Amino acid sequence: MPSLDDLKKRIKSVKSTQKITKAMKMVAAAKLRKAQENAEKGRPYSQKMQNIILNLTRSINDPQNAPKLLVGTGTDKTHLCVVLTADRGLCGGFNSNICKLAKSSFKKILSEGKNLKIITVGSKGLDQIKREYDKYIVKKFSFKDKKQITFKEAEIIGNEIINLFKKNEFDKCILFYNNFKNVITQIPQAQQIVPADKTSLKKNEENLTYEFEPEEDEILDDLLPKNISTQVFKAFLENAASEQGSRMTAMDNATRNAGDLVDKLTINYNRSRQASITKELIEIISGAESL
Amino acid sequence: MSEKFTIEIISPDRSIIKTETSEVVIPSFEGEMGILKDHIPLITFLRPGLINIKNSTDQKFFVEEGTVEFSNNNLLILTSTAKEVTKMEKKFIDTLINESEKKLDNNELTDKERYLLSYKLETLRNINQ
Repeated sequence: MPSLDDLKKRIKSVKSTQKITKAMKMVAAAKLRKAQENAEKGRPYSQKMQNIILNLTRSINDPQNAPKLLVGTGTDKTHLCVVLTADRGLCGGFNSNICKLAKSSFKKILSEGKNLKIITVGSKGLDQIKREYDKYIVKKFSFKDKKQITFKEAEIIGNEIINLFKKNEFDKCILFYNNFKNVITQIPQAQQIVPADKTSLKKNEENLTYEFEPEEDEILDDLLPKNISTQVFKAFLENAASEQGSRMTAMDNATRNAGDLVDKLTINYNRSRQASITKELIEIISGAESL
Repeated sequence: MSEKFTIEIISPDRSIIKTETSEVVIPSFEGEMGILKDHIPLITFLRPGLINIKNSTDQKFFVEEGTVEFSNNNLLILTSTAKEVTKMEKKFIDTLINESEKKLDNNELTDKERYLLSYKLETLRNINQ
């Protein structure tokens, strides 16, 4: 049986933990609003770009000579997986969910006898993946010191992917990130970016004939690398919103749990206080009776 | 029938402008291009230059690159570098000019890069005047 003093200390420490989680929740909520706004604002750009590429793809007559980024290298021996995670913890299952999805894909790729290469972005994912797949990691990125991730960071990663592709280092590139659906739901996703995934594009019924200036191929050559950076950037934005949403829910739960714990401890405290008072009274009364 | 169509400039992190206009001049890769209502569907990309949205007052944006799509009287410009000219500070323009000049001195440039840089310089110098 803990003494009254011990209980008092416990209650105090749980209360201060509760204060911290509450503060973290509020910070996350404020950041979430901004991140969510950014993610929603960023969507049209990537969508429209996909649309343009779809329109271009339709008008290509000669698939043999089409850019490799669009149609692929013809084989799929080496897979490059880009795993985007956060740099900070305390956000519920956010990082583990991405890693879980990524790891199950890694397993599948390896069991099919294909080569695997991994690029990690964000330190939390690196920590989790390093344990099993350290030898496959070709590059690590971390933007811990950046307060907000801009298009420039996405371009750095995009360029790295394109460089590797030009050196024939991989045939297929998959992006892992959390898609922000709403505050409570974030869905870990695997998106194929090289070669361009044509199945995910929605079919556009109206078939407009476009005028191209300069030629289709030249536009595609310019657009496809840009599209990769754009997709990476979109993943960044979705991830940022998801991270804050996930953290907010996690911290909300923690605050509530701390509250429950305080209630329970307070009842315990009151009970043992009452018990000691009763004990003293009995002692006094029985002492008086014996006189 | 109004003679106006919608123009939208979108950068990766936000929509910069969405408005109605009767004429837009864009610095397309192979030369300046004026776009009016009911232009045929078009896809092209930009070289450094000014996008000029003509309304009662002209609105100008400086871009370095970008992709343009016109369809169904919707002009869509995707660019990561659009800046409204009136909001550009002189100091910022000067640093851009210096950077471009330095890059132009490099002899290993391809013709395409040289072409793009010279246009960038020219536009920036024009803004500065």
